[in-house]
Amino acid sequence: MPSVAAEPFDFQTSLNLTLLTGQRAHDLAELLERMRAVPGSVIYHHTHRFLVQHQYLSPEPPNDFAYWVSNILLERTLGEELAAIDILRFSTIHDLRAELIRVIEQFLESSAEVRAAPPGMEFHFMRSVSFVMATGMIVHDLREFRDALHRIPPSSISFHMFDARLRLERGDNDFSSWLEKGLDETAVASAIRRLDPYTLTTDGLRRAIIALIDRRVET
Amino acid sequence: MRASLSDYVPVVGEGVVTELRLLGQRLAGKRVLNVNSTRVGGGVAEILNRLVPLLRELAIDARWEVIQGNEDFFALTKNLHNALHGASVNFTQRDRQIFDEVTNANLNSIDLDADIRFIHDPQPAGLIKARDGSKGYWMWRCHIDVSAPAPGAWEFIAPMVERYDLSVFSAPQFARTMKLPQVLIAPSIDPLSDKNRELSQSEVEAVLTRLGIHSDKPIVTQVSRFDRLKDPIGVIKAWRMARGRFDCQLILAGGSATDDPEGAAVLKEVRELAGDDPDVHILDLPPDANIEINAIQRASTVVMQKSQKEGFGLTVSEALWKRRPVIAGAVGGIPLQITHKYSGILTHTIEGAAFWIKQLLGAPDFARRLGENGHNHVRENFLLTRHMRDYMLAFLFVAHGDGSVIRI
Repeated sequence: MPSVAAEPFDFQTSLNLTLLTGQRAHDLAELLERMRAVPGSVIYHHTHRFLVQHQYLSPEPPNDFAYWVSNILLERTLGEELAAIDILRFSTIHDLRAELIRVIEQFLESSAEVRAAPPGMEFHFMRSVSFVMATGMIVHDLREFRDALHRIPPSSISFHMFDARLRLERGDNDFSSWLEKGLDETAVASAIRRLDPYTLTTDGLRRAIIALIDRRVET
Repeated sequence: MRASLSDYVPVVGEGVVTELRLLGQRLAGKRVLNVNSTRVGGGVAEILNRLVPLLRELAIDARWEVIQGNEDFFALTKNLHNALHGASVNFTQRDRQIFDEVTNANLNSIDLDADIRFIHDPQPAGLIKARDGSKGYWMWRCHIDVSAPAPGAWEFIAPMVERYDLSVFSAPQFARTMKLPQVLIAPSIDPLSDKNRELSQSEVEAVLTRLGIHSDKPIVTQVSRFDRLKDPIGVIKAWRMARGRFDCQLILAGGSATDDPEGAAVLKEVRELAGDDPDVHILDLPPDANIEINAIQRASTVVMQKSQKEGFGLTVSEALWKRRPVIAGAVGGIPLQITHKYSGILTHTIEGAAFWIKQLLGAPDFARRLGENGHNHVRENFLLTRHMRDYMLAFLFVAHGDGSVIRI
């Protein structure tokens, strides 16, 4: 088991700027039509924005589509189904979009009438532009990695846990990937992979990962 | 003494300030010029007053200039503001002439040489005339809702606005379909400013004593400019309905920004309606009465923001930051700050506002929970540090061009 990785871990961070697309939906049919056509960065925005903006809202609005359908269109059943989509099951935005669309289509097939949003409460499509930059923190072993986890900005945790897997389509979160390939820390890597980051605040996620590494370092 | 970035660490955490420093490294040396229409009064001036020194601390060469205008110009731009919000106004050839004359005078007096010019609101938008032959980028910051303007209002500013490289809006529903990219950036409050910093109980009481207010009864407050769109008349009516059940007093605290000539007329109407009721305190405060506003908000049992139209409604965030329960009109940017019955109360009518004043005065534990949730929501989303981060990202965006993931 290597105690020092051949390739160090270079902590990156990503900060998002929100752009308005000018597109809006008044009802489910329009929502569906636009969801099919918008860039992936729009789907990413509306399923990940809440991670930083509503950390303390409880119960958490799981994604903007679910929130709008439940609270503005008052279609609670569909809203719950959209909220329950497990984003971790998908490794690309393309697949996540397909699932969101499938759930809405299925609802529309069995639904006699669809409500429109009250004026002023339309769904506004937005997209995220991510700015990725190095934090300057580079680590070589498990202890350095743990110490850095205490100090990196919250956006760095989000980048390596969410963006890397889904947006950059690396298929895995960066932490698990490095721990496994660089340090042969298969058990810790798996444990981090099993965490559901969508149920934790960024700080909660940070604490959970640190706790897993603490346990490994102490054994 | 001005706050430095490290002073924000205890409020927002080390990580947030580290992010700002990382972004600052990518923008060091860039010349960023902000231009607006007033040095004091109003949210834009407050934000620039804090933001510009903090950008400079990160070695960004930030400047702030204010356009000079005459009475006719500010009367016109106030009309334009109302018309962009939907009020019916006829714009004449003479209005265009007044606007152009003031724009031209400012083009001669303001040094517009910069890498990024950040022009705030419609009043200085005409400075874009200097674009021809200039280097660098032009960004237009719109703090108001221009989604449903009166006929003629958008046409008045569109030929200018559409020449910018980028526009910035405070809420998605404020924007219009335009060719230029539109960025969403909510405004913010500064937790370390005199208006928002922690105050001791004795500081709060000293201000109340100075203003002749006794804290022996619950206080219902609206802090807002005396402006029809803020509905101070509706606040008095709602409070009168509620006081039948709960003995309480009302504070209407506000003032007029230098670009708001209508304020005096509204203040007169408010005073007439209040009459000589000893429980109504109408405070016409100067623009620098920040500690007074801070103390009044902290002393309040319930804070109102009964706007009929809003830009963003930052007084809501100010009150939430002080953990106050807020009852506010569900307009403009207010629903972004308040989730109904979770982090405050959203209302649509005078009767509804009266109902919720009674409910909150009668259920202090519930009111306290609203205030606590509101405080946390503001810390994550509406503090100056988040605002500063978004502005720096917008500067990078305009300079780097479009893309989903940009490495910097």
